[in-house]
Amino acid sequence: MVSFPAEAAEIAVLGAGPAGLAAAVTAASAGARVTLIDAGARVGGQFWRHREGDDGVGHHDWPTLVRLRAGLSRVDVRTRHAIWHVERTESGFTVNTDRGAVSCRTVIVATGAYDRQVPFPGWTLPGVYTAGGVQSLLKGHGVRAGNRVVVSGTGPFLLPVAAGLVEAGAEVAGVFEAGSPAGFARSPLAVLANAGKLAEGAGYLKTLLRQRVPYRTRTAVVAAQGTDGVESVTVASLDRQWRIVPGSERTVACDTVAVGYGFTPQLELPVQLGCETRLGADGSLVAVADDRQRATTPGVYLAGEVCGVGGSALSLVEGELAGLHAALTTVGAEPNRDTVARLLRQRKSLRAFANAMHAAHPVRPGWQTWLDDGTQVCRCEEVSAGTVRSAVKDLGATDARTAKLLARPGMGLCQGRVCGYATACLVAAECGREPTAADLAGVAARPIAQPVTLGDLARG
Amino acid sequence: MSERVRFSFRGQEIVAEAGQSVGAALIAAGHRSWRTTRHEGAPRGVFCGIGVCFDCLVVVNGKPGRRACLTEVRPGDVIEPQEGAGRGELSC
Repeated sequence: MVSFPAEAAEIAVLGAGPAGLAAAVTAASAGARVTLIDAGARVGGQFWRHREGDDGVGHHDWPTLVRLRAGLSRVDVRTRHAIWHVERTESGFTVNTDRGAVSCRTVIVATGAYDRQVPFPGWTLPGVYTAGGVQSLLKGHGVRAGNRVVVSGTGPFLLPVAAGLVEAGAEVAGVFEAGSPAGFARSPLAVLANAGKLAEGAGYLKTLLRQRVPYRTRTAVVAAQGTDGVESVTVASLDRQWRIVPGSERTVACDTVAVGYGFTPQLELPVQLGCETRLGADGSLVAVADDRQRATTPGVYLAGEVCGVGGSALSLVEGELAGLHAALTTVGAEPNRDTVARLLRQRKSLRAFANAMHAAHPVRPGWQTWLDDGTQVCRCEEVSAGTVRSAVKDLGATDARTAKLLARPGMGLCQGRVCGYATACLVAAECGREPTAADLAGVAARPIAQPVTLGDLARG
Repeated sequence: MSERVRFSFRGQEIVAEAGQSVGAALIAAGHRSWRTTRHEGAPRGVFCGIGVCFDCLVVVNGKPGRRACLTEVRPGDVIEPQEGAGRGELSC
């Protein structure tokens, strides 16, 4: 790998998951000087999270990572660099990291996404993890989160998490999918065009069936119990709106819970740069990108989950498109028209599949009825659902941002990354309306994206 | 078999694999929580596992406010639980 002086980068790619890797390799191949920045110890992002010397066993689409890594020979790769702010300069941008700044003319933001959560009584108990957290422990560190695990939430990601646990020797006491993925049938064409992805899901299901792991739809973990850590969960059947079917509750003993309700794009950098956002097909806030992967802010390109969660295949396509177009505008490298046309066709097909997935796994508002007034919504500031609702009812908040200012949900160390979605939903419901993009944007602004020391700030 | 790393937690020696995070090594050793919250003193450990939630804060070699899920464990590290706001430059 090469190393440029900081001032010499033409394109900085922020995030080294599938989208960022594809963008960096593509732009470098087109002749641009590219710096790729990621907080992790190794490239690959959450999707290819792995250990040093990992040979790819148990990883999906590993050959693609091997190919992309080989393409990094012409890229200045800066792993273990946590970006805390990106600012505009006269000639482009300065990317501030905890290990110095990188100047560039163009940025490609590929910061990915993290698990979206809805709170439930007991979700703050040790032993309750995000589904992605359990996956990261397993793939990134070779550690099984627990011995007897319950997996719950909604979305296709629950399956590889459960299958990975089974293969690692855990007893999976059940996979409880709150949705009813039969909804898939509503978009048969989008699904047929991506049959490979269905086969992948079927493979995970097979692993679960072989171990006789119960897989239940329209069912979820609605509470967790324990003193110093989780000891059991309450599992219940849900109606169409995700309200608990009376009398369906049962207790399942476990030492670990993995939960995830889809994903939230990591948008602090696009928001810092003033990029326009909108409500995505899955109800999360996403950044707006055009068919060249351009954000609404000049000089900023977006690729992967920041544009709307769609999986690794879509991220790779968007990364390549962003790399080609960023190289065109930054160093004048003309992309091959046929390649661009093919990528756009793939993007359309994969986006349609992602939207079919989202349509089949919506988060229904009934989860709010699982909460009692004392259930914590904001884990950092320990703000309960009752306090959030009271900010609307008693203090007059009419949007999530005002509720945050009055009651402090989202004011803690995570800056609302974990509770932002739930807070926006609860406040909107209390106001008698659906959550809007403005609600989510109101809890997504984070001028400093990572903890920094005063020394870093002074130098920046 | 990968390289071993020895560190201490609450004065007890723990053996981890090189490259593991403090959080992963603690979980592998059977610990689920090592922090108490500021207001309620409730136990917390890893939640998101990828540096997003800040639930897994821990004291590493006297420095509080370290995210256990992101901090790679080093030989001889002295790891202590973090109570309340912790102390030091990253305290909340």
